[in-house]
Amino acid sequence: MTTWDGAAAAERVAITSDQDVVRVRQLVRTLAVAVKLSLVDQTKIVTAASELARNTLVYGGGGNAEVSRVDNGRKPGIRIVFADEGPGIPDLDLALTDGYTTGGGMGLGLSGARRLVDEFEIDTEVGKGTTISVTKWCR
Amino acid sequence: MERVPVLKIGDILLVSIQIDMEDQVALQLQEDLADKIVSTGCHGVIIDISALDIVDSFVGRTLATIASVSKVLDADTVVVGMRPAVAITLVELGLSLPGIRTALNVELGMKLLAQERERYELDLEDEDEESAVPTP
Repeated sequence: MTTWDGAAAAERVAITSDQDVVRVRQLVRTLAVAVKLSLVDQTKIVTAASELARNTLVYGGGGNAEVSRVDNGRKPGIRIVFADEGPGIPDLDLALTDGYTTGGGMGLGLSGARRLVDEFEIDTEVGKGTTISVTKWCR
Repeated sequence: MERVPVLKIGDILLVSIQIDMEDQVALQLQEDLADKIVSTGCHGVIIDISALDIVDSFVGRTLATIASVSKVLDADTVVVGMRPAVAITLVELGLSLPGIRTALNVELGMKLLAQERERYELDLEDEDEESAVPTP
């Protein structure tokens, strides 16, 4: 059982199936409650995590998510880093456009997830993979 | 794999999603509902999402597809019980769920479906009367 005490607490989940996407959601929810995010912010970060975990699975061909508690000295927060070794994203601007999709979805995963978090960083290289880091701070 | 039960109550199919659904479970529900609409001839579907603490784009899209498929099969769909935080998050995500009727709870959803059906049947009667009048 994860207790999430200590600022460095982190947990890594492999994402290789539908069930793992559910597992990421549940892990993020547990930590979001533990760091006392507001109900709306909990909902936003869990939703963003669900979108990004699915992207890791569907577009990245699987990978992992590392969920950790962070602290910037003034307030606590939650950070999730999604990493895959998939094909990478050739045109990042296009991929971040609402409604753009190559996978038959609604094209809201990446752009929508970015709107739901406080910090969003993406590092991608064609042929190497993609790493996305999102952070949500307590208000 | 878990499965979401579909209950028949009179002319309505009621689905209450009580689990954190894997994508496959959501797709299975979509199929089960289409089958059940045809086998029962029900004209209304109520999907209760009051137990869901998030609705992401996949579940949102599945709900929209269920509504469209039911419409083609002559049934109206109402999504009920969305939590306020879920509504805020959905809109910010960019998902406005076009084509989905919503109501605050199951009771209001049933009322909405009853009104919808009444209006539809009145329209049918009107059409019958019009076609019955011989053209002079």
